[in-house]
Amino acid sequence: MTAPWAGMARLAGRRLLAAVPVLALVTLGMFAVAAASPFDPVRQYIGSDGLGASQETLDTLRENLGTSGTFVEQWWAWLRSAAGGDLGQSLALRQPVGQVIGERLGWSVLLCSVAFVVAILLGTALGVLAARRPGGVLDRVVTSVSYTLQAAPPFWLALLAIWLFALRLDVLPAGGLTDTGSDTVTAGSVIRHLALPAGVLAISQLPWFVLYVRQGVSDALHEDPVRGARARGLRERTVLLGHALRSGLLPVLTLIGTRVPELITGALLVETVFSWPGIASATVRAATATDFPLLAALTVLSALAVLAGNLLADLLYGLADPRVDHDEM
Amino acid sequence: MTARITARTWTGIAATAVTAALLTATACSAPGEEGGGDGGYDELVVGIANEPETLSPLLGYGKDGNSKIFDGLLRHDEDLELQPALATALPEISDDGLTYTYALREGVEFSDGTPFTARDVVFTYETILDEDTNNPAKDDLAAVESVRAEGDHTVVFTLAYPYAPFAERTVLPIASADAAGGQDVNTGPYNTEPIGTGPYVVTGWTRGERLTFEANPGYWGGEPEVRRLTMAVIPDDDVRATRLRSGDLDAAVLPPNLANSFAGEEGLVTHTAESADFRAVTLPTGHPVTGDQDIRLALDLAVDRELMVDSILEGAGHAAYGPVPTASPWFAEGTERPHDPDAARALLDEAGWVTGEDGVRVKDGRRAEFTLWYPAGDRLRQEHALAYASDARDIGIDATVESGSWEVIEGRLAQDAVLSGGGNPADPDFDLYGLLHSELAGDGWNNMGHYDNPAVDEQLETGRRSGDPAEREAAYEAVQRELAEDPGYTFLTHIDHVYVMADHWDGVTTQIEPHDHGLGHGPWWNVEDWRIRS
Repeated sequence: MTAPWAGMARLAGRRLLAAVPVLALVTLGMFAVAAASPFDPVRQYIGSDGLGASQETLDTLRENLGTSGTFVEQWWAWLRSAAGGDLGQSLALRQPVGQVIGERLGWSVLLCSVAFVVAILLGTALGVLAARRPGGVLDRVVTSVSYTLQAAPPFWLALLAIWLFALRLDVLPAGGLTDTGSDTVTAGSVIRHLALPAGVLAISQLPWFVLYVRQGVSDALHEDPVRGARARGLRERTVLLGHALRSGLLPVLTLIGTRVPELITGALLVETVFSWPGIASATVRAATATDFPLLAALTVLSALAVLAGNLLADLLYGLADPRVDHDEM
Repeated sequence: MTARITARTWTGIAATAVTAALLTATACSAPGEEGGGDGGYDELVVGIANEPETLSPLLGYGKDGNSKIFDGLLRHDEDLELQPALATALPEISDDGLTYTYALREGVEFSDGTPFTARDVVFTYETILDEDTNNPAKDDLAAVESVRAEGDHTVVFTLAYPYAPFAERTVLPIASADAAGGQDVNTGPYNTEPIGTGPYVVTGWTRGERLTFEANPGYWGGEPEVRRLTMAVIPDDDVRATRLRSGDLDAAVLPPNLANSFAGEEGLVTHTAESADFRAVTLPTGHPVTGDQDIRLALDLAVDRELMVDSILEGAGHAAYGPVPTASPWFAEGTERPHDPDAARALLDEAGWVTGEDGVRVKDGRRAEFTLWYPAGDRLRQEHALAYASDARDIGIDATVESGSWEVIEGRLAQDAVLSGGGNPADPDFDLYGLLHSELAGDGWNNMGHYDNPAVDEQLETGRRSGDPAEREAAYEAVQRELAEDPGYTFLTHIDHVYVMADHWDGVTTQIEPHDHGLGHGPWWNVEDWRIRS
């Protein structure tokens, strides 16, 4: 039993080492793109406050906001202080970057993980049901709905959900984290407010899992082990869940890794529509205000999430399929 | 197709039902707070469109007063008259107009219990004026040379030049030197967890969602009756209206057409606040067409301001003939201009602008054409710009309307016209000096049209420096008459700000409001003085 764990630990260690140059390159690219942005950080900072601002004030602000030097110099300065644990100050939000992220990350993680788990579980269930009788009514309905949902942008689904559940049926709140008049964050009100955004995000991810599971399981149903199991007279339920699902799930594990970037993008849109206090609005602000420290920290976070998703997929793959050796990944 | 839609809806319901089923039980345990219940309306939930960037006065929060969390040395009353707040009286001004002395109220405490003294005043003003403080509105205090404390309860400002409206600037909120000192002014915690002397204290701020306040029990002006104040940040007008209608909000700022849809709803009243918030077209002096005085005068006669008020603003506004609103006591009577396109055409004919083949006038081989910009995404300015271009076209002047971000527009201000906006009602100097003084032409976002009129410059100086109210009034009247004769901006409208709110309180009024009316303005400008109707 010790062997797989040691292999997994070694794999994680190798990935962690590889992440360092990847993150450095990704942030350098981000600084380059932000430097080419047409937005004027001073204009973004001032908003409508500085109607009568004099040129002298504008110049001082430009200097203080620190967008001087080439983007490589800025990147290097940022990298050194970030390596020392100082993520810098977000001038656009008038807060330290660490605080901006600390206040918001939890809500984004809550939203994403609930949506992801719902999408995986529901997707697996629907995929198995559809694969059981390919070409049947259930299969046809599930498959065509999945293709339709795959084409629907998350923000459109979000607006539809608000229209239906908040305006028409009036059963769920249209946005925010808690009831407007109430100050305290209670579990009940968070769950009520989480339902729509998490539901929409889950549904936008659902079709991928449904289609992959359906394909994997229905392929497996035609393979030798399943035929052998059937020949031995095992119950259909055991065959489906014990044999076909297990081998059919392998491609889904890979999918988990590749869906993480989509999940993050979807979450940005969904958070914006539902005014969910996660990192989405901070990301938008950071981008339009070319707030380098905040933007860099958020870029690192998303890159880390993607790398972690891939690592998780590889680890699970190795566990699910004993033929795969973690040391060879 | 039908099967697909049904199934999709079903999937949607199923997914949410999973979560919904989990929560119905727990949801009931959430405290049922709905706008104060039936008995006491000691809670106010307001929907606002924009949230402040910061709550620190050191970075510009509440600079025009009504900050809820803080007090200024002075404050504005309903008629925008100055009244003492943290000062015990209006300032003593030296004869040369250079020294302002404020006696401070004793026994006032910040909400953390530390006493308020002259040290806090000096700290606030000096920090704002510090070069390293990123306060975009610091030019408001450009006249201040130094500020010093004399003992604990006297503050003396020394100005670099006589600046008659200086007292108006001292509505600026006073920060606590103990709480705000010793941290990074630009990004420190004071930006989100401010400590002030004001009627309310901040109890929570979820950015992009809401700000909550609770009454300050030790407020020197008496504890407010409205004990809880929530500002819900809802940028979308329709969503704000929907949440007001559902009873989620007690009050909201709304565009006029949405506010009209609440007319006759029981328990809701509409408050319309006049404002100094103008929309005007800059006519750059350096451009051969817009710099031509005849063209300027003709455009000024050709625009149909009343129609703009009726159609674009749905009646919630007033025709503007200059930065000073017609309702203001500073307005120069008789500078209103009629809508008279025939006179405009006659004027241009006489000046030698001859109508060409395509209907656009030409003089000395130059077509009467220019470009008019508006900031992309600003629907109100877009409609003003299009109406303006259409009125100009009627008299043979071709204004091409274009939209762009401010980054694009900024570089073209010297040549192209722009649909600009602004307005601060507290003193005529605030708008007129920055808009019209030739020294400030193209200086940052001052005098964007590069207006240059020596007679106006002279009167602006007199108005700024003179301590004599009658002399100031004469100066600003002269400025407005000069502007009418050489209209380097075509002023179009002053916009009313419209609010719809529940009717449970007495003492609800509105002030004349400035351009920027986020949190402090609106009927709740003095919510601390409201009385709950029994």
